Amino acid sequence: MASLITCPHCGQRPKEEYTIKGDAGPKRPAPGAPEREWFDYVYQRDNPRGTLQEFWHHSGGCRRWLVVTRDTVTHEVFSVSDASERAAS
Amino acid sequence: MRYSALSILLNGLKGNKDWTPAWRSPAPKKHYDVIIVGGGGHGLSTAYYLAKEHGITNVAVLEKGYLGAGNIGRNTTIIRSNYLLPGNNPFYELSMKLWEGLEQDFNFNAMVSQRGVLNLFHSDGQRDAYTNRGNAMRLHGVDAELLDREQVRAKLPFLDFDNGRFPILGGLFQPRGGTVRHDAVAWGYARGADSRGVDIIQHCEVTGIRRENGKVLGVETTQGFIGCNKLALAAAGNSSTVARMADLTLPIDSHVLQAFVSEGLKPFVDCVVTFGVGHFYVSQSDKGGLVFGGDIDGYNSYAQRGNLACVEHVIEAGVSMIPALSRVRVLRSWGGIMDMSMDGSPIIDRTHIDNLYLNAGWCYGGFKATPASGFCYAHLIAKNEPHKVAAAYRLDRFERGYMIDEKGVGAQANLH
Repeated sequence: MASLITCPHCGQRPKEEYTIKGDAGPKRPAPGAPEREWFDYVYQRDNPRGTLQEFWHHSGGCRRWLVVTRDTVTHEVFSVSDASERAAS
Repeated sequence: MRYSALSILLNGLKGNKDWTPAWRSPAPKKHYDVIIVGGGGHGLSTAYYLAKEHGITNVAVLEKGYLGAGNIGRNTTIIRSNYLLPGNNPFYELSMKLWEGLEQDFNFNAMVSQRGVLNLFHSDGQRDAYTNRGNAMRLHGVDAELLDREQVRAKLPFLDFDNGRFPILGGLFQPRGGTVRHDAVAWGYARGADSRGVDIIQHCEVTGIRRENGKVLGVETTQGFIGCNKLALAAAGNSSTVARMADLTLPIDSHVLQAFVSEGLKPFVDCVVTFGVGHFYVSQSDKGGLVFGGDIDGYNSYAQRGNLACVEHVIEAGVSMIPALSRVRVLRSWGGIMDMSMDGSPIIDRTHIDNLYLNAGWCYGGFKATPASGFCYAHLIAKNEPHKVAAAYRLDRFERGYMIDEKGVGAQANLH
C-alpha cells in the first residue's frame, strides 16, 4: 500500500490518516428493491485482482469521503477524488 | 517408502543416499475424475481424504506455484477448537481430533504439539463471554477450563497483569489446542495423496473453466486443457478470481494478513496466548522464535506483503500484553492473502453448476481447519451431500439469513 495518499482537499497526506471502508462498486438499492438486489449490495463482492475503486474516509484530515482507485496487486494509486463527484456523475 | 525411526537410522548409516522424493512430479493426464484447484493445505488434504476415505484416486491437484507457497506456509501454526456457535464447534472439534491422529495417519512428522491455547480476558463482561464460550465448548464435548488471575499468573508470570486500562483477570484455556509445523502438513498430505495415486501438478495455473450445457468439462491451464468429471475449488485468497471463471460471484473480499517471527529465545511462552483487548496471538516455536500475528491490514489486497502501520499496531498490542516483548527483535514478517467472507465463517458447498464445488472463505481460521476442511470437502465431492459437521457452511446462507457470525461483528469482511 502506498504510504502517501493525495487528498483532493488536503494534498499529500500519510496513509494512516485515512480509514478504508472498502469496495465502492456496490450501489445502494432503493428501500423497496427486491431482496436479491439487497443481497448483492450487502454481501456480494467483485473482489478484483487488479484495479479497484474503494471508499476511503479522510478521518484524520478533512473528514471527507473519497474514492481511491488503486491496484490490489501492485498497490499503485491511480486517482483520488471526492465521493460527491462520483455520486453526481 | 514408510518413514520410521528405523528407516532414519538405516538411511543415515548408508549416507542418506537412498531417500526418494516424497511425491512425484507427473505431467498432467488428459482427464481426471476430480480436479482440485489449489495445492494448499485444504486442496491437498481434500485429495488425501478423497483417496483414503472414498477410494477416488484419479485426482489431480493443480497448484500455480509450489507446494507450501501459499497460506499453508504463511500462518501462525495455531490449532484450536474453542468455538461458540453450533455451526462451527463440531467442525473444528473434528479438525482437532484429526490433528491428534494425523501424524500416525499420514506417516509424517508434523510436530503436532498440544501445548494449550489461552485466551485472556480483561473485564467482567469478557469473563462472562468466555464463560459462555467455555460452557458451549464443554456441552459439545470439547475441553475448556476457565482460569482465574492467579492460575494465569502461575503459567505466564511475565504478562502485564496490572495494566492500568486492561488488567488481566483470567483466561479461557483449551489444553488440547496448540501448534503444528505448518509446511510439514502440506508435505505430509501431499505425500499421502501422491502415494495413493493422486497427481500433484505444481506450476500449473488455471486460466479458465470450460463449460458446456451448464456442466464443467475441465480447466484451461498454463499446461494446456485438462478434462474432469468434477471440479473442486480450494483457491483460498484467489477464490474470487477462480470462481469468476465460472461466472460465480462470492461474498468474499481478499485481504492481507501478516505474521511475524522473532529471533530465537530461551523457552519463554509454553502455550499459545491471545490478547483479549487488541488482536494479538503468540506462541514459541521449537527453534525458540516467537511466532505471532494480529489483525488483517484492513484493505483489499492480493499482494502477499503487508503495511508498516499494521506491523506497528500488532507490536503495540503485543507489548501491551507482554511488556518484555519491547526488547525482542523481529526477524521476519510476511503476508498471506485471506479469503475473508462476510460473516467470518467458511463455505464448503456445491454451486450453481452441478459438478463444480467450492471451498473458500476461511478468513483467519484456515490452518486449524485443514484436516476437517479436506475431510468434509472430500465427503461433499464424493457423495454430493455435505458432511454433517460442515452442513452449515452453505454458500446461500447469506441470502437466506443464516450467517455464522462467531464474533458477532456484522457483515463486512474487514471487521472479522
